[in-house]
Amino acid sequence: MGITTFKPATPEQLADAVRWALDAGEPLELTGTGSKRGLGRPVQTAYALDLSDLSGVVAYEPEELVLTVKAATPMAEIEPLLRGRGQHLAFEPPDLGGLYGQAPGGGTLGGVLAAALAGPRRLSAGSARDHFLGVAGVSGRAEVYKGGAKVVKNVTGYDVPKLMAGSFGTLTAMTEVTVKVLPAPEDTRTLLLHGRSDAEGIRALTDALHSPHEVSGAAHLPESVAERIPAVASARASVTAIRLEGFGPSVAARLAGLTADLGGIDGVLDRDESLAFWRAVRDVAPFRASNPDTDPLVWKLSVPPASGARVAEELALALGDVEFFFDWGGGLIWLATPRETDAAALRGTLAPFGGHATLVRAPEALRTAADVFQPQPAPLLALTQRVKTSFDPRGVLNPGRLFAGV
Amino acid sequence: MVIPLVPGGVPGLGARNLPTENPDGEEQNGMKMPPPDPNIIAKRRELVERLRAIVPGEGVIVDEAELRAYECDALTAYRALPLVVVLPSTTHQVSEVLKTCKEMGVKVVPRGAGTSLSGGALPLEDGVLLGMGKFNRILEVDYDNRCVVTQPGVTNLGISTRVADRGFYYAPDPSSQIACTIGGNIAENSGGVHCLKYGLTTNNVLGVEMVLMDGTVVRLGGKHLDQGGYDLMGIVTGSEGLLGVVTEVTVRILKKPATARAVLIGFPSNEQAGDCVAAIIAAGIIPGGMEMMDRPAIHAAEDFLHAGYPLDVEALMIVELDGPAAEVDHLIDRVVAIANDHGAVSARASTSEEERLLFWAGRKAAFPAVGRISPDYLCMDGTIPRKALPLVLSRMQELSERHGLRVANVFHAGDGNLHPLILYDANKPGELEAAERFGADILTLCVDVGGVLTGEHGVGVEKRDLMTHQFSKTDLDQQQRLKCAFDPDGLLNPGKVFPELHRCAELGRLHVSGGKLPFPDIPRF
Repeated sequence: MGITTFKPATPEQLADAVRWALDAGEPLELTGTGSKRGLGRPVQTAYALDLSDLSGVVAYEPEELVLTVKAATPMAEIEPLLRGRGQHLAFEPPDLGGLYGQAPGGGTLGGVLAAALAGPRRLSAGSARDHFLGVAGVSGRAEVYKGGAKVVKNVTGYDVPKLMAGSFGTLTAMTEVTVKVLPAPEDTRTLLLHGRSDAEGIRALTDALHSPHEVSGAAHLPESVAERIPAVASARASVTAIRLEGFGPSVAARLAGLTADLGGIDGVLDRDESLAFWRAVRDVAPFRASNPDTDPLVWKLSVPPASGARVAEELALALGDVEFFFDWGGGLIWLATPRETDAAALRGTLAPFGGHATLVRAPEALRTAADVFQPQPAPLLALTQRVKTSFDPRGVLNPGRLFAGV
Repeated sequence: MVIPLVPGGVPGLGARNLPTENPDGEEQNGMKMPPPDPNIIAKRRELVERLRAIVPGEGVIVDEAELRAYECDALTAYRALPLVVVLPSTTHQVSEVLKTCKEMGVKVVPRGAGTSLSGGALPLEDGVLLGMGKFNRILEVDYDNRCVVTQPGVTNLGISTRVADRGFYYAPDPSSQIACTIGGNIAENSGGVHCLKYGLTTNNVLGVEMVLMDGTVVRLGGKHLDQGGYDLMGIVTGSEGLLGVVTEVTVRILKKPATARAVLIGFPSNEQAGDCVAAIIAAGIIPGGMEMMDRPAIHAAEDFLHAGYPLDVEALMIVELDGPAAEVDHLIDRVVAIANDHGAVSARASTSEEERLLFWAGRKAAFPAVGRISPDYLCMDGTIPRKALPLVLSRMQELSERHGLRVANVFHAGDGNLHPLILYDANKPGELEAAERFGADILTLCVDVGGVLTGEHGVGVEKRDLMTHQFSKTDLDQQQRLKCAFDPDGLLNPGKVFPELHRCAELGRLHVSGGKLPFPDIPRF
């Protein structure tokens, strides 16, 4: 069956489209540029809502630390704009295109926020939701509304933008988003330790995070993964990486201080090498797609950081042929597993530690059949369904993208 | 159907200070609360018996003298005696209390330490006041995962104190931190002077256990960094006690900055101070704290505390840099240079911890200092885009003259959060009302220049009726539908935040026009 696509250019046209969907009882699949269609449960609808025309910068005020754009403004447009004023999105949004065999530089800011994606700096700067200040959009009731505000400090009414972060378009078709922007660091260095076991590496990351040296990236890569990142491949060993960012004199002083605290290190990446290395970690480059028919499944596990190594060890025992690396001081595990991996078994292994697992890359059939997102306990799922209904009573916006019926 | 919010006051229940209905039906100042339901009040004895079966002993308070302790929070202009106060000590008890109240159709007002400046914990005469003070234990300090698991009645400062010996702290530091509880902080999404750099409560909470109005217990988040599913924690934080009762909290803790130094900078005009703030941020510097005071606030503070503030300036800024010593020293020099470029007439960097604390002492005592020069004051809390500061301050001066009341300004300059203090005398007839009108004018001005009604104190009852100035009916209806997802009967803290109460069934109704296939102008392919 062919898919009919609506491509509104204004919030009013978008509201018309949703109103039509309500009338016709036909749900809609929401897309920006389509870069994240592989993330989440597939939405099976006959009609699609292409939001890519809702694009463009509305207001950028560097001194106010605020950026407002139409929701489908490409990241490739936003990043250079901010760079030009020495600013950035501090939550370091990843470009996951490579995981799905796409060219780099795709995606929109609305998509990044809807998927609540954050990179290595999530550890110190917070996630997408922490920088999401204001939203306007069209609900599943075909109503144009707004939430939050366009200033950095606001507690007026419910914090609706937070709820939009990670909602995957199931609550509202966003038309405009306001985010906090922050000064980009002047300088960057990365301390490296080589040859540590997973447990030793994570212990070193924990120690670094307990120091007063303001670590803004903390990753550990087993050798087989590290060798796929050019900036550190020459180590021929596991790599434990600790990032320091900030003003030049500060970075230099902290580098010396942390080196002493750790009792010596095995190497330092300079600014450019650091940028390349953390971009690779951010974008999960080691698990980049090569063959859609045989690529392993990729999972994202959010766990209590200090238990990262033990979680990975248990998963390796339970699932066999796996590969993984750690970010967020051990709190984020990127895990590649064989295609036949049983989601329930994986989550059962994870359960005693707390946290959750998301199936980030899998063939469409599997994403339809398996739980892509961590299943919720019944009372929480019921609340989730009521929240969905409060925005989208007939389920016309991306139905089933998160959970069956949500 | 719209349920009107009309004046309270049930004879014999000792309500006082709540506005009474004007017989002429004219618009009156002061907040009106939902009318107490005599049918609920008639069931008080049964309610008390059922609550006593859940919370034995001293945990259910009915004596009028004891109820008085709960009649208001820090917005003391509004008072009401609760029908009954219940002080549970376990999640199970909270769940049973809420379930019982839901069954009986009784409203519930949750309360932490009662330090809300917006009336968030103002009791209802036909409602149960649910005090969370007995939830006062820190359950776990987990340094490896850099978090603390605590009961909600623990004070904000109590968390920092507990982890101080290992050099950690909990970042948000509202000025009431010695008294306010972490549960209350979640309800209000509390900030503090350091939140430009370290965030509000919402940016520092990892998990909560929460009881819904029907008694359901849900857990959101945990020791991991991302909660998964909808970001319900983001909605619950700052929900002002309207969505659920938090019974356990996991917060992240940070390592204390190695050093902190402050610079005290005087300017001959507010404009120059405002430009200096913008220039500091444009230089890529996010100070740990960046405060500003206007002339009346400077004089009040200096007279009170003798912090060494210059008295011949129109605006005074305190800029605090924190972090590694090398960074702080580097940035202090840059900030002083920027200040001098923007016409500063004085710039003094602290050279000792004592001096830094003295710089802050005046600012931190600004409220009591203003309290010395005026019998009463109202503290406002709008946020504006910083570029609008000169306009807002000059308009505020005009308003001051029009309302015949003085105003002193303290200002979280980094994030544009204004705290105008309106000076009045409650014993003079009409002054409270004039102060409230002045306050409302200031807050609508904040919205008109692109800002918001409240940056950190919450809407509560205080700003409730101004919400329609910031949000459209559609915006507010959608927020109330979200409330319905958590509390379909509207029993949890009604009369706060939203100026009108609607029944959920009505809000949820969907009007579908039917039939037409419109939008000829939407490209399809």
